[in-house]
Amino acid sequence: MDIIEATHGDGLGGSSIQYGFSKEDEKTIITTAVQHAKQAKIAVLLLPGVGTIEHLKRAHSYGASVVRVATHCTEADVSEQHIRAAKELGMDTVGFLMMAHRTSAENLLEEAKKMQDYGADTIYVTDSAGALTMNEVRERIRLFKENLSAKIGFHGHNNLSLGVANSIAAIEEGADRIDTSLAGMGAGAGNTATEQLVAVMNKMGIDHNVDLYQSMDAAEDVMKPMMKRPVQIDPLSLTLGYTGVYSSFLLFAERAGKEYDVDPRDILTRLSEMGAVGGQEDWIIGVAQELAKEKAKATV
Amino acid sequence: MALAKEHGLKPIYTSIEGFQEEPELADIVFEATSAKAHQSNAPILKEMGKRAIDLTPAAIGPFFVPAVQEDANSVVELDNVNMVTCGGQATIPMIKAVSDVVGVDYAEIVASISSKSAGIGTRQNIDEFTVTTARAIEQVANVKEGKAIIILNPADPPVLMRNTIHMQLSEDADTHTENILASLEETLKKVQAYVPGYRFKADPVIQGKIVTVSVEVEGNGDFLPTYSGNLDIITSAAVKTGELMADHMMVKEY
Repeated sequence: MDIIEATHGDGLGGSSIQYGFSKEDEKTIITTAVQHAKQAKIAVLLLPGVGTIEHLKRAHSYGASVVRVATHCTEADVSEQHIRAAKELGMDTVGFLMMAHRTSAENLLEEAKKMQDYGADTIYVTDSAGALTMNEVRERIRLFKENLSAKIGFHGHNNLSLGVANSIAAIEEGADRIDTSLAGMGAGAGNTATEQLVAVMNKMGIDHNVDLYQSMDAAEDVMKPMMKRPVQIDPLSLTLGYTGVYSSFLLFAERAGKEYDVDPRDILTRLSEMGAVGGQEDWIIGVAQELAKEKAKATV
Repeated sequence: MALAKEHGLKPIYTSIEGFQEEPELADIVFEATSAKAHQSNAPILKEMGKRAIDLTPAAIGPFFVPAVQEDANSVVELDNVNMVTCGGQATIPMIKAVSDVVGVDYAEIVASISSKSAGIGTRQNIDEFTVTTARAIEQVANVKEGKAIIILNPADPPVLMRNTIHMQLSEDADTHTENILASLEETLKKVQAYVPGYRFKADPVIQGKIVTVSVEVEGNGDFLPTYSGNLDIITSAAVKTGELMADHMMVKEY
């Protein structure tokens, strides 16, 4: 394993009522990771609009050496200040284009070029909704490979059960970095599971540096006991991938569905129609109230 | 520039230098460039004896939110006043509405604006937006700790400006619920007086110590499209501030 990310799911400064509070503060999370990592570099996530350059400087002082600067796939220009600041700090700097299914491959490339111009060393195709299918991943990675000098990464979610398949497709098209998590721990139906991807890469003879049994054991013995809710493909997480909704919306939609007695799948579908992007968890309550009102009207 | 001419105004093509050559043209200057530009313009305007109403997040002068600071006496004498941010103008009145009833320990706002209405100034100064808004929440709405998040949404047709405010009270809301709702309602009307398209997007939710309020801002659609409610709310606030200043200056003259 080359890089380990240690940050709130919505990045530095993400601990909030909107996204949920972190159990530990940023300093503890980052310094603990830095102290225990043997050869892996420690990364942080930064969403311009949520976290600031001040947050980044602090994270860097705690020992983080990689930063992933994340924007919605069509809004790369909000990352200019942050990517430049990260380069000035001497960090391994990544541009992270989220919800990559929401724009064409050609347009995604244009946004990637902006991040490359600002100085990003690596640009990611980030499938935040787990909504891309294999050909769509191939097309995006291939265009990046043909037109960018930066390294290329892929971040998948397993909502359509394509986490491993999409990651393999990305590798075959020349991706340099692939995101995984132990036992697939992550939003929605989770991310690509480390141990699963390692097993498939072994069978396909693709080179890497992760031990299969150790990753299996870490997933089983360390990660799974910490997980409150099983990360799985169920009607809700499948709906995320099917309608292309940001994976972190799952828990909020589930809660709002219960509270307002509406089908959480309808909440997600409505959010998809409205074009909600990552970070707009606050829209969920409004949609649930709206659906409840419509339901009350229909039954009168 | 052409539009300005049509309205009988004199455009200056050479920025602040052009204005320095003809200082008699205006007594009040609305700064609508960027935080960085205002940092260099502010001392020049001060030197010239002009008043600046700053629509950038430069925050050189004190913050002003007309719906909250009705006692305008403090503002009319200032030579530089800052209009916070669009997100601040849209949310601080609601936070103040709650903090007038019961103590607010923490307030966090999430402003969603359409990508089309976010100009290069906002995009290149997104940190200034969040930092300035958070500080203004603390100072103007009387909250111990403020936080601001901004999200650009590229949906087409463009989304209306939407602001969600999460507040953590110093005590359980129970006995205050009615007063909080009444105060929010009253504030809504106050803001609507200068921004008619300002309204609740969801019913306020009060659970224990947490209060969540969601407001939408539909622009007037006169000079800017209706999805630019974010621009309308800060320009309307700035115009109101300018009127207060101008009234005061006229009174002084006669």
